[in-house]
Amino acid sequence: MQLDAKCPGGPIETRWDRHKFNLKLVSPANKRKYTIIVVGSGLAGGAASATLAELGYNVKCYCYQDSPRRAHSIAAQGGINAAKNYQNDGDSVYRLFYDTVKGGDFRSRESNVYRLAQLSLDIIDHCVAQGIPFAREYGGVLANRSFGGAQVSRTFYARGQTGQQLLLGAYQAMQRQIAAGRLAMFPRHEMLELVLVNGRARGIVTRNLVTGKIESHVADAVVLGTGGYGNAYYLTTMAKGANATAIWRAYRKGALFANPCFTQIHPTCIPVTGEYQSKLTLMSESLRNDGRIWVPVRAGDRRPPNEIPEAERDYYLERRYPAFGNLVPRDIASRAAKQVCDEGRGVGPTGYGVYLDFRDAIERLGVSVIRERYGNLFEMYERLTGEDPYKVPMRIYPAIHYTMGGLWVDYNLMSTIPGLYVIGEANFSDHGANRLGASALMQGLADGYFILPYTIGDYLASTKFEKLSPEQGEFREAESQVRERIERLLSIRGRRTVDSLHRELGKLLWEYCGMARNAKGLEYALGKIPELREEFWNNVNVLGSGEEFNQALERAGRVADYMELAELICYDALHRNESCGGHFREEYQTAEGEALRNDAEYAYVAAWEFTGVGSPPKLHKEPLSFEYAKPTERSYK
Amino acid sequence: MRIILHVWRQKNAGEPGRMVRYELNNVNPHMSFLEMLDVLNEELTEKGEEPIAFDHDCREGICGMCGFMINGRAHGPEAGTTVCQLHMRHFKDGEELWLEPFRARAFPLIRDLAVDRSAFDRVIAAGGYISVNAGSAPDGNAIPVPKQAAEKAMDAAACIGCGACVAQCPNAAAALFLGAKVSHLGLLPQGQPERYERVLNMVGQAAREGFGSCTNIGECEAVCPKRIKLEVIARLNRDYVLATVKHLGAKQAAEAGAG
Repeated sequence: MQLDAKCPGGPIETRWDRHKFNLKLVSPANKRKYTIIVVGSGLAGGAASATLAELGYNVKCYCYQDSPRRAHSIAAQGGINAAKNYQNDGDSVYRLFYDTVKGGDFRSRESNVYRLAQLSLDIIDHCVAQGIPFAREYGGVLANRSFGGAQVSRTFYARGQTGQQLLLGAYQAMQRQIAAGRLAMFPRHEMLELVLVNGRARGIVTRNLVTGKIESHVADAVVLGTGGYGNAYYLTTMAKGANATAIWRAYRKGALFANPCFTQIHPTCIPVTGEYQSKLTLMSESLRNDGRIWVPVRAGDRRPPNEIPEAERDYYLERRYPAFGNLVPRDIASRAAKQVCDEGRGVGPTGYGVYLDFRDAIERLGVSVIRERYGNLFEMYERLTGEDPYKVPMRIYPAIHYTMGGLWVDYNLMSTIPGLYVIGEANFSDHGANRLGASALMQGLADGYFILPYTIGDYLASTKFEKLSPEQGEFREAESQVRERIERLLSIRGRRTVDSLHRELGKLLWEYCGMARNAKGLEYALGKIPELREEFWNNVNVLGSGEEFNQALERAGRVADYMELAELICYDALHRNESCGGHFREEYQTAEGEALRNDAEYAYVAAWEFTGVGSPPKLHKEPLSFEYAKPTERSYK
Repeated sequence: MRIILHVWRQKNAGEPGRMVRYELNNVNPHMSFLEMLDVLNEELTEKGEEPIAFDHDCREGICGMCGFMINGRAHGPEAGTTVCQLHMRHFKDGEELWLEPFRARAFPLIRDLAVDRSAFDRVIAAGGYISVNAGSAPDGNAIPVPKQAAEKAMDAAACIGCGACVAQCPNAAAALFLGAKVSHLGLLPQGQPERYERVLNMVGQAAREGFGSCTNIGECEAVCPKRIKLEVIARLNRDYVLATVKHLGAKQAAEAGAG
C-alpha cells in the first residue's frame, strides 16, 4: 500500500489556503442530501457535528455517554494554545508551529502542524463569540499564561476548567442544530462495527446501551472522533468509559493505525494509593508555572517535607534544565520523575511520588494570588488526598494521559478507508511523538470546526454514491457479527471479572511499555498478551443479558479490543529502535540519559495494517521530511 | 473500615424496585465512593449476582455523569463534591448508608441508580446557546468583557448538568440549572442579542419536561457540587419578568409593525 498524505507543496504559509481553494465544493442546496455520521461528541466530534449541520448537511452523532456534554474533553484543565501574540512577547504562527514540531520530537508532518498553528487564531475568535468565559485582564482583554514546552505566554484558559467550557460551547452549538432539525443525536449508543460497501465507509452498527438493540445506520461518510486508546493501560487519567472500540473496529476493517507506541505520560497526576484504584487524577500542568518540583537529595529520607532543609532538597528539573526548569515538556518531566524514584528518592507511602511545592510562590505572591490562580485545583487535591497543599507540598507522579498515535489520516483527515475520517485524539496527525500542553484542545477544535467541514465536502462532491438500505447484506452481516460477539462474551461465564483481567493487562503495559521500554521487556509482553487474551476469552464472567442496560457487557467488549490493541502498541514500540518523545527505549539514550533519536532510519510514520488476531501486523512507512523545522537534538537546557 | 449499604435495585422502569442490604468489611478510607461500589460489584459478580448499575465517567467531578442520593442527600454529605470525588474517609466505621437514584418526574429511571437526564439537553436546545456559526467571529479581543462579568459568568458556567439540584428540590425544579445557563450567557456582551428570547424558551421547555416550579427553598444550592449560587435564580427570575413584560411587548409591536 502506498501512503499518500496528500500534503500540498510550496511555501508552508500558503499551503492550506491553496489546498482549500482546490477542494471541490458541495452547493448549499445539495448539502442536505448528504448524511454524515459522527461518532463521538467531544471537542472534535462535537465541533464537527455542529459545524457540518450549520453548513446544511444532514448529521447524525453518536456517543456512549448519556449526553454529548459528558465527553472527556471536559476534563482538560489548563488551557488552549493560540498564536495570538496578545502578550507582545514574540509569539507567531511560525513559533507555535516550530514549538509543536520540536515538542513532538520531529515525528509529525510539517504541513499539518503549520495549519494547526494558523487555525489556532480562528478557534479563539470563534470560542469567544460562543460566549466561552475565558479569563480576562482588568481592561477586558483576554488573559494568557505560559505552559510546558514554550517560552511565550500563549495559553488561553477558563480557570482550571478550560476543556469543560470549550466542550460546553461545542455542545451548545450542537443543541442549536438539534433544535433546528439538522442534527440527530444518539446518546447512550456505542458504535460496535464499521460498515464498508464497495470499499467505502458507508455506515455503522450501534448498540443502544439502554435497551440493547443492535441497529444499522447508513451514511455517505463516517467520521470518528472517539478519542484516544490510553485506557488499554487501565490506570490512566481518562474517563472510565473512554475506549478504543470504534478505531479498533475500523483498524480491523482496513484503516491503518499509526504510531501506536506514542503514548503520553503526564507528569503531574496524583499518585496511586491502592489496588482498588479505578483511575488516576490529573493535576493541571499549569501548576508547574508556580510550583517547584523536588525530592530529597538523600535516598530513603522519610522526614516530612517541611522538615527537610533547603540544602537537602534536589530541585532536579531546575538543576538539569536551567532554561526551562519546571516547565520542560511532559515526556522529559515524567522521565526525570521516574529516574529519581528509581534512585530511591521518591516520596509518599509507595515511594512513587515527587513533591510539587508552592511554598516559595506563596511567599512571593501571597496566598490570595495562588488561590485565584489555582484555587479549584488545590481544593480538588485536598478532596482527593486529605492534605492541604497550601501547607504541605503536593505529591505527584506520572500517569498515562494521552495517545499521540491513532488511525492514520492524510492531510484531509481521511483514513486509508475512503469515506472514513478520523479527527481529534483518535487520529495520529499533529503531535508527533509528544504533545505539548494545551495543544489537544486546539487540535480537536481545529479538526472539528475548521478542517473537516472543508475537506469532507471535496470527497462528497467527487464521489458517486449508490443508494443503500440498512436491510442490505453488508449491514446485516455486520449486525450478525456484533450479535455473535456479544453472545460469546455472555456465554463464557468464567471465574474472572472484566476489571481483574483489564487490570492485569494494564500492569503489563505500564511495566513493559510505559515510561521506559526495552526490547527484552517488550518481547516478554508480546509473549504474555496472547496468553491473557486467551484467558479473557475462556474465563471472563459477564452476567446478565444483551437486551438490557448492562455495564459489565459494555466494559467486556472494550477490554476485548484492548487485548488485541495492547499487542499492536508493543509491536510498534519494539520495532522503533530509537527514543523519541513519549517513546523512550532504554537502549537508545545519550550519556546524560536523554532520548536519542535516529533520524536516518526512523524519521517516518509507522502505519500498521491488520492481518488477523494474533498475527503480526504489517508495517507501512510514510517518510517525514523537514523543510522548515530542521531536526536537532531537543534541548531544554 | 466496615460499611453497610442499602441500595435501590430496580431492573428497569417497568418493574418494581426495592432496597437491598449489602455489607462491606474491607473498605479503605482512601477509596472514592464509586471505587467502593466497584469493589462491591466485583464481589457480586464473583457470587453470580448482577452488579449495581450506576452512571459515571470522568471520575474527576467534571463530566456530571455520576450522582445518586446518599442518605437523602444528592452526592452525599460533603459540600461541593460529586460522588466520584467523595472519599470514604468522610464516613465512620460501621456507618449505614441508603443509596437511591435521583428521583424526579423529568428524570425517568433506567436501572438501579441510573436515570435519564436528557430533559436537560432539551432545555439547552430550547435556547441555551449563542447563535454563531463557525467562521463568522471577529477577533477575540474585539469584544472586551469586563473582568468582573467574565468571572461571574464563569461562576455560573461551572454547572456540570448532573441534576443534583433537581433531585434535592422538593418541587423537582430545574431553576438552578436554568439560572446557571441564563446567567452565564446573559452576563456576557455576546449573549445580549438573544437574552430575553433565551430565558422565555428555556423556561417554557423546562415546564414541558415536567420540572416543577421554584419556591426559593435553597436545597439546590446546598447540594450543588460546583457551588452554583442561588443568585443565578434571582437573575433567571429577573430576566424572565423583564422578558415577559418588555420583550414580548416589543416583539408584538415589531410583528404588528411588520404586518
